[in-house]
Amino acid sequence: MIGPKQTLRVTGTERVGPYTLLRLERGELEPGVPGQFFMLEAPGRLLPRPFSLCLAPPGELAFLVDPIGPGTEALCRLRAGNEIDVLGPLGQGYRLDVDRPLLVGGGIGIAPLPYLAEQLGGSPPVVLGFRNADYAEAAALLPGAEIVVDPVLVTELIEPGFDVFACGPEPMLHAVAALCPAAQLAWEAPMACGYGACYGCVVEIDGVLKRLCLEGPVLDAARVRARVEAVA
Amino acid sequence: MRILNASGCLDALAAPEVARQLDGFVTKTVTPLPREGSAPPRIAETAHGMLNAIGLANPGRERFLADHLPRLRELGIPLWVSVGGFCAADYAETCSLLSGIEAIELNLSCPNVDEAADSAAEIVSACRRATELPLYAKLSAAHPDVAEVARAAAAAGADGLSLINTLRGTALGRQLHPVLARGSGGLSGPALKPVALHTVSVCHEATGLPIVGMGGIETGRDALEFAACGARDVALGTVLFADPGAPARVRAELPAACAEAGVATSDDARALAKSPETERKVPA
Repeated sequence: MIGPKQTLRVTGTERVGPYTLLRLERGELEPGVPGQFFMLEAPGRLLPRPFSLCLAPPGELAFLVDPIGPGTEALCRLRAGNEIDVLGPLGQGYRLDVDRPLLVGGGIGIAPLPYLAEQLGGSPPVVLGFRNADYAEAAALLPGAEIVVDPVLVTELIEPGFDVFACGPEPMLHAVAALCPAAQLAWEAPMACGYGACYGCVVEIDGVLKRLCLEGPVLDAARVRARVEAVA
Repeated sequence: MRILNASGCLDALAAPEVARQLDGFVTKTVTPLPREGSAPPRIAETAHGMLNAIGLANPGRERFLADHLPRLRELGIPLWVSVGGFCAADYAETCSLLSGIEAIELNLSCPNVDEAADSAAEIVSACRRATELPLYAKLSAAHPDVAEVARAAAAAGADGLSLINTLRGTALGRQLHPVLARGSGGLSGPALKPVALHTVSVCHEATGLPIVGMGGIETGRDALEFAACGARDVALGTVLFADPGAPARVRAELPAACAEAGVATSDDARALAKSPETERKVPA
C-alpha cells in the first residue's frame, strides 16, 4: 500500500558530527522494518529524497541527513515546528532472523544501524568506518561501536562467522560482499518517487537492471554483481 | 475532463492504489523487443523540473501482451497502451495485436532513443490501417512547427493528440560532467508548463482534435489552464513522484479552480484562452 503521504511536524534537530539528526512527529506512519526507507519532502525542491529510518523514539521518527546538496541542505535547515510531507515506510528492509549479527557501517551508512541494533536487541557488535575524526562523531549514535578512520578500512574489522548487516558507500559494500557472500547490504540510488513509478533508481540486481526502491534497498550480497570501476 | 497519468510515470502493478485514482492508466511505452533501458544514473533534479533518461525500459511486446496486459486488466481501470518502435511497421504490428483497451497512444517523440526514421504521419497512417482503436499521437514540442506535425497526424487518421512529451536537456554535476549516464535526458515538471500550454493551444487551433494535455500539471488550476488552451483531458507525470495522491487531489481542486476563474466546469473553460494573434491590439 503506497501512501498517502503525511504532513509531519519537526520536533527538533541535532548536529551529529557533520550530519543532522532530523526528528519528526510520527503521525500515522509506522516505523517499518530496519533498512526500509521514507521519502522526505525537501523544502523548496521538486522531488522528495529517500532516507532510511535512523531511530524510532516513542512518537517520533528520526532521520540522519548528510548535507550534500540543495535538498539535503534544506532538510538540515528545518527547525522545530516546521512541517514536511513524508511517505513510507517503503521498500524491503533487513531480515532480522540471524544467529550472530554484526553491523557494518561506512560514513552516512551508519544511518539505518541504530534502529536495526534496537530491533535486533541484545547490543549486537558494530564496526564503523569514517573518512576522518569529524565524521566519526556520528558514532555517538551507536555507543560501544568499534571505529576506524581512513586510511584504515572498516572491512579490516570484520571477523569470520558473523551474519553481516552493512550499509555504506558502494566500494565498501562490494568489499563486504566479497568477504561475506551471505551479507545483507543496504544500497543507495537517486530516487524520484520511492514506489516504483519513476524507474530512476535501477541497479544491476540478479544480472539485470531492476528498481532498487522495490527490490531493495536491502539486498542479499549475491544479488548484486561487483561493478568494474572505471579507472581513468 | 479525464485525469490520466503521463506514460512512463507510474507502474500500475507496483502502485495499484495510485492507478485507481485515475480515469485511465497509460502504460509505459511498449516496443517490439524487450529493452533494459539506459544505465544509471537515470534521473536528475533541475530548476523546477527533472531530467530522466530511462530509455524506454519495457518487457517487449510479447511479454507485455502475455503477462502485463492481463494483470493490468484485473485492475478494472480503462487502459491506454503507449506504443513505440523504430519504424512504422513496428508501431503498426503492435497496434494490430491490441484489443479491448480504451485507446492507443503512439509515442512519436521519446527523447531518450534515436527517433524513428519514419515521419509521424507515416507511422499514424500505418497504425490507422492496423487498428480501429482510438489513436492518440504523442508529439514533441521540440519540433519547429508542431502544429504542422499535428495537422499531418490528423490527416493520417489520428483521433487525438497527447501533448507534450519531455524536452531534451542536460544537467552537469559538480565536476562539470553530465549527471545522467546517457548525457542528456527528457525535461519534465513545472518548468515545462508554459511550453505545453502553448503547444496545446496551437495544435488545438490547427486540428480541433481531442487533446490530452500534460507538462508540469501539479494542481487543479494547472489542469484548468490546459483545458482553457484546448485540452479535453489531462495527464499527470512528475507530480506523481512527490505526491502519489495527486490524481485525487487535482480532481478535488478542480471545482474551486473553476469557480475562481468564473467558469462552471473545465469543459466550459475549453479553448477559452485565445491565441495572442487574435487578441493583438495596436498601441494607440
